[in-house]
Amino acid sequence: MDLTFSPQETAFRDELRAWLAANAPAPEPSDGGEDAHYAWRRDWQRRLYDAGWAAPAWPTEYGGRGASLTESAIYFEEIGRARVPMAANVLGLLLGGPTLMVWGTPEQKERYLPPILSGEEIWCQGFSEPDAGSDLASLKTRAVKDGDDWVVTGQKVWTSGAQYSKWCMLVARSDSEAAKHKGLTYFLMDMEQDAVQVRPLRQITGEAEFNELFIEEARIPDANIVGGVGNGWKVALTTLMNERAGLGFALQIRLRQLLDDLIAKAAERGMLERYGDALAELHVRCESIRLLAWKGLTDVERYGQPGPEGSLVKWLWSDTNQRLTQLAVDIVGAEALTSGESWSYELLRARGNTIEGGTTEVLKNIIAERVLGLPRLKVAA
Amino acid sequence: MDFGFTDDQRDIQRTARDLLSERAKPERVREHAESGRSDSELWRELCELGWPGIAVSEEYGGQGLGRIELSILCEELGRSLAPVPFLASVLAATVIEHSASEAARERWLPGIASGETLGALGVAVDGTAELVVGGAEAQVIVLVEDDGTGRVLAAEEAEVEKIASIDPTRTAARVSAGDGGEALDGDVAAGVDRALVAVSSELVGVCDRALEMTVAYVKERKQFGVPVGAYQAVSHRCAQMLLETEKARSTAAFAAWTADADPERLAEAAAMAKAAASDAGREVTASAIQAHGGIGFTWEADVHWLYKRAQLDAVLLGGAGSQRARLAGILADRVRASAAA
Repeated sequence: MDLTFSPQETAFRDELRAWLAANAPAPEPSDGGEDAHYAWRRDWQRRLYDAGWAAPAWPTEYGGRGASLTESAIYFEEIGRARVPMAANVLGLLLGGPTLMVWGTPEQKERYLPPILSGEEIWCQGFSEPDAGSDLASLKTRAVKDGDDWVVTGQKVWTSGAQYSKWCMLVARSDSEAAKHKGLTYFLMDMEQDAVQVRPLRQITGEAEFNELFIEEARIPDANIVGGVGNGWKVALTTLMNERAGLGFALQIRLRQLLDDLIAKAAERGMLERYGDALAELHVRCESIRLLAWKGLTDVERYGQPGPEGSLVKWLWSDTNQRLTQLAVDIVGAEALTSGESWSYELLRARGNTIEGGTTEVLKNIIAERVLGLPRLKVAA
Repeated sequence: MDFGFTDDQRDIQRTARDLLSERAKPERVREHAESGRSDSELWRELCELGWPGIAVSEEYGGQGLGRIELSILCEELGRSLAPVPFLASVLAATVIEHSASEAARERWLPGIASGETLGALGVAVDGTAELVVGGAEAQVIVLVEDDGTGRVLAAEEAEVEKIASIDPTRTAARVSAGDGGEALDGDVAAGVDRALVAVSSELVGVCDRALEMTVAYVKERKQFGVPVGAYQAVSHRCAQMLLETEKARSTAAFAAWTADADPERLAEAAAMAKAAASDAGREVTASAIQAHGGIGFTWEADVHWLYKRAQLDAVLLGGAGSQRARLAGILADRVRASAAA
């Protein structure tokens, strides 16, 4: 056990930290809504890209730095610590690119990877549907072969960044006769066609991070299939496995910062003593999230694949963020619930944490079945 | 950054687990618990292997290994509930080595390291500790007070009254120091924080075993025609037990590492570890009883020994609430320091 960074890792961190300090993004736009905010993140990605910091974990042959897992975790910690935004094309960088690196043809890699990295082409994720959330494999969006194309019809939901995207990682049912997991195919769908309508989905915070996609006979050429017809479930799992790998470290730092802000607030109001126990408990949770995340990384380095234990980190993080934001309302008082106040936003946004990227209930099932080996209850169909 | 054990540490863990699964089987633990006796045969064997001196410096006759190695043994002994005076003795050795005078170290540590001398550590209020684990059989007793002072004394210099606790796998005593023995003249916190880590590691072992027994039981036990572990009310409880256990494990490992590698952070790390482990110990062993259903409430089912061990360890040297109060103090100091900067 050695919980220090190697000289190489320290050098990586110092270089990035210095770069971030010297290249802070423009101030967050205060008006102009979603579009202005997105343009700001796009500019930021361009700046990261020009300096070679858009996706350090990507292999050098694809324009990354070939950063190790630890360096990649350091990258997200530093991005979080510097309080700079995520690159605009976060889904392309973290999910789409790595999925293509595993399953894509040489032509697909050559065609799609460079514009993901530069942010010229934004990617979104078309997995969830109104009737296929936790039970993703029951999705109903249909893909029907027509000459060299596929004709796709259906509805997707929780598609963040769809209005800015060129490509959608779309999982659709290409064989309705096959078994649930076997009849799926993974497509790259061009979002710039009339057959795809994007409708913003207003969430409980009032903003719209996500969208609904209405797809009515969209056309996708054969060449845009990733990993082969009928292999969509496996390809989708590759995407999902990448979902939490890096982001977790940025979220963990964000949680730490929120807690530090809250402790400072409590001190300022003379409430440290009164809420000391609750704040200390959050401190313990925050630190154990950090430790468990690093432990998970060690496991990947030693044994290859990330284990289902990653579910513990996501569960603990989401639950802790909810507790933290709820405690903030106690410490700050009614003022925290004023609209526009950042704590009110944090409180409301945190409700999504235990749902997005795997509900806590599903995470518990994964832990029970895949970590503890408990039997699965057969549900009547 | 590497969270794993070294090959040597893994060997220690494997050897300990193999030995204890053979020599400290549940029926043997129960037999000793019921008769209120330590397992002197097993203790002799552990002493021959040098266990009590694993973290004592070589100059005092120990093996001079680190706190991580000690934590590995604590965890394995916690898993097995072996009725031996290991924890009490190493807690006393830890405080003597880090907080007592050179004379006291020379006098007591070689005996504790070899196992010939037994030690115990208790928290006293005005010189009296109401419950000192291992106190009834110890030859040397260390008492620390909340104000950061402490005394080390030979058993005959103290008033030792054997008492029964809810955990009969270990002896206990009420100890009054009076003016006996000698005052700890070093950094008492340096010793006590390391002792907290050892207790936390034992609790991790207790949790791990409670979860293992529970998972095995709920896979076997059928009601309404299916294993009860297939019901999410039960399986999600098991998942929660794992979460608590892993929280405790990661913070205990971190604290053991800081003790040797980054002592500046030890106070915070030890408080975090003991807070997490005390809560986990109580919740996980209580859940184990619940998930075992009616059987779990019987004397025969053995999960109660884990619950009892966890209850005692959870309050030992300060429970979760007092550790969080310490942490709150550390956090407040930090806010003041950053405001001053």
